[in-house]
Amino acid sequence: MQTGLEDQLGLYQKRIPIFTRSVKGRFRRFKTSVLVLAYAIYFLLPWLPWSRLDAPAQAVLFDLPGRRFLIFGLTVYPQDVIWLALLLFIAAILLFFVTGLVGRAFCGYFCFQTLWTDFFIWIEHKVQGERPARVRLYRQPWDREKVLKVGGTHALWLLASLWTGLTFIFYFAYAPQLLVDFFTGQAAAAAYITVGILTLSTYVAAGLMREQICTYVCPYGRFQSVMYEPETLAVHYDARRGEAAHGRAAARAGQRTLAERHEKGLGDCVDCGLCVQVCPVGIDIRDGLQYKCISCGLCIDACNTIMDSFNFPRGLIRYDSERNLASPTPAAPTLKWKRLKTIGYGVALVLMSTYLVYSVATRGNFDRAVNQIRQPLYVVLSNGDIRNRYQIRITNKASQEQTYVISARGIPAAALDLGNFSEVTIKSGHSALVQASVRLPPVVAAQTQQFELIITPLGKSAEARTENVRFDAPGKRP
Amino acid sequence: MSEQKLQSQTVQTTGHAWDGDLQEYNNPLPVWWVYTFYATVVFALVYWTIYPSWPFGKGWIGGVSNITYVNSEGETRTHSWNTRALLMTDMNQAAVAQKPYFDKVAAMPYEQIAQDPDMSGFIISAGKSLFAENCAACHQAGGQGVIGFFPNLTDDDWLYGGSYEKIHETLLGGRRGYMPAFSEVLNGEQIDQLANYVASLSGIGHDADKATAGDVLFHSETAACFYCHTSDATGRQDMGAPNLTDNIWLWADVPAASTAEGKVAAIRGVISGGLNKGVMPAWSGRLTPEQIKVLTVYVHELGGGQ
Repeated sequence: MQTGLEDQLGLYQKRIPIFTRSVKGRFRRFKTSVLVLAYAIYFLLPWLPWSRLDAPAQAVLFDLPGRRFLIFGLTVYPQDVIWLALLLFIAAILLFFVTGLVGRAFCGYFCFQTLWTDFFIWIEHKVQGERPARVRLYRQPWDREKVLKVGGTHALWLLASLWTGLTFIFYFAYAPQLLVDFFTGQAAAAAYITVGILTLSTYVAAGLMREQICTYVCPYGRFQSVMYEPETLAVHYDARRGEAAHGRAAARAGQRTLAERHEKGLGDCVDCGLCVQVCPVGIDIRDGLQYKCISCGLCIDACNTIMDSFNFPRGLIRYDSERNLASPTPAAPTLKWKRLKTIGYGVALVLMSTYLVYSVATRGNFDRAVNQIRQPLYVVLSNGDIRNRYQIRITNKASQEQTYVISARGIPAAALDLGNFSEVTIKSGHSALVQASVRLPPVVAAQTQQFELIITPLGKSAEARTENVRFDAPGKRP
Repeated sequence: MSEQKLQSQTVQTTGHAWDGDLQEYNNPLPVWWVYTFYATVVFALVYWTIYPSWPFGKGWIGGVSNITYVNSEGETRTHSWNTRALLMTDMNQAAVAQKPYFDKVAAMPYEQIAQDPDMSGFIISAGKSLFAENCAACHQAGGQGVIGFFPNLTDDDWLYGGSYEKIHETLLGGRRGYMPAFSEVLNGEQIDQLANYVASLSGIGHDADKATAGDVLFHSETAACFYCHTSDATGRQDMGAPNLTDNIWLWADVPAASTAEGKVAAIRGVISGGLNKGVMPAWSGRLTPEQIKVLTVYVHELGGGQ
């Protein structure tokens, strides 16, 4: 029996350093625009002002002590946790949907691991130079130049990591104040711990571990195989064209033009190795689709550059589907979405997004919960009347103080007793408990299964909400 | 790639050779593991310095971290860090946070507390936990009591009065309800007549002839029921004698009996056996005056008071 490769090699494999060559092209431009946009949002959003009456003037502020999340004009309370659930559901479905269509687009262009690694490689490139210079520096003994350049790179990485961590905490308090507090030692311990952990993890993940996070830590690459379908567009090397009958070969004299190469049975791949040099995860795409590939498209850019320089047609490495590549007559790659899985994900995505938007747009300005007091379910009073009691909790989610009036429908008006409070005034973001009791003569009680409690914000009868409430009496079966 | 690797990897040995050729493989632990282990050792040393760790003589090594708290006697204590001191600190913080409310309770009249929305919320939450801790054992979690044992606090009938002052008095000094056993002075027939009369007062099925005889007996010097229950049988709150004309039953489990005979029998049992178990303990001295005041308002609101 063959022993597994892992048993022979051991579970630990030393990292082979990857020095990526920079490249120009469509996918590089797209990656850069996503990076700039994502960074602009992440790093600048906490500094966007937004005037508010009762909170700091910050557009996005997660006010944990106040138990609320201020997002532009919207105030989200912990009761709205369903929105978070919906958002996570939509994110998951969107991921499955996109992966089924165009492969690991999230990994290649949008994942923060990819973005930060890309940025850190850019810093490395600026300080230490292009790939050959970096390889030379790596092999060079620890002289003054190496110490300065490598040290400088790491220092810049740490700085970027620190600002990443700082920006994260800026979302949780008024940023200008927190920045001053942080550097004068007056911020909360949680701020320092959070920044410390995030600085360290950003530095380690984007600077030191890089593709190892994708390969060993992240589970996504491991289950890409169940999300991919034969029609899924992914980064592929066209082996039939690249290898032909006698394999790839360098473009030496006598085999420089397509005609010469085809005559000799050589493939279009000139084996320049550029696709390997630009790969941030250090793989050779010509080995086929593999779990390490984050499908960033940089090898496509690299190959197209070479194809252009030889006047060969582009697309030796391209986005294509497994089915199309395997077919005897490959067509131009197109996005194929008419599949049960894709349509299913699409429908779920549309439904849930619609529901989320609907829920946010039509949410009431107050929350209410009516609980019947169950100990005891009912009380027989001295004249034989039956009394049920209820606890009504009203939470004011509007941005100003509001008075609420409680009334009942389906029972005689005098039966509802609100004790000392005929109406209740609640501050913004606060909630209040009202004890209500309903007293009915035995005959009426026997006929009343349930009634309605109506909570009306004073002066806004359109926002009134109705709750169905049970009424219990002795001898009655639910 | 992998084959090249395999060839270059030779298995290390410890370097010793026994009996000429007997060697021992050396499989060192991964470097990251070893350093993690060293890190935990360093962590432990730091931990021992800061926090209590080793037993030493009759005590223990306290560590350099101290915690200052105020104990229940109000003394400030400084102690090496421990979870009990941490708990005391938390308890004190909670007490300090509650103090303004309890001070307000002490200063405000009952009606004002009940009508202040903020204070009312405090009464509902603080009263609930006080009630659960001290009262619920007898009166049950919702205050509904147990027929035959503990009065229901959620109805509108108050044995000793349902005003704030009366409830407060009940809580402070406790109560003792007593009814003599009438089997000693009356015969079975007389007790049956009285039971039918009492049933008639609440509109329960009864024997009209017996009830008429019971009416006479009730108001006679022989049974002398009217001494305590008054001549119209509405009871006397100053001595806890219950109103017999309403639908509230505490001692005789009338609601549980399904037939008229059963209901009368339940009443008969109370008349013949009497009662000497209606004891409510006094809470002054066990609870602070503010706590008793909170409970007064809480219990008043349970049944709507009087």
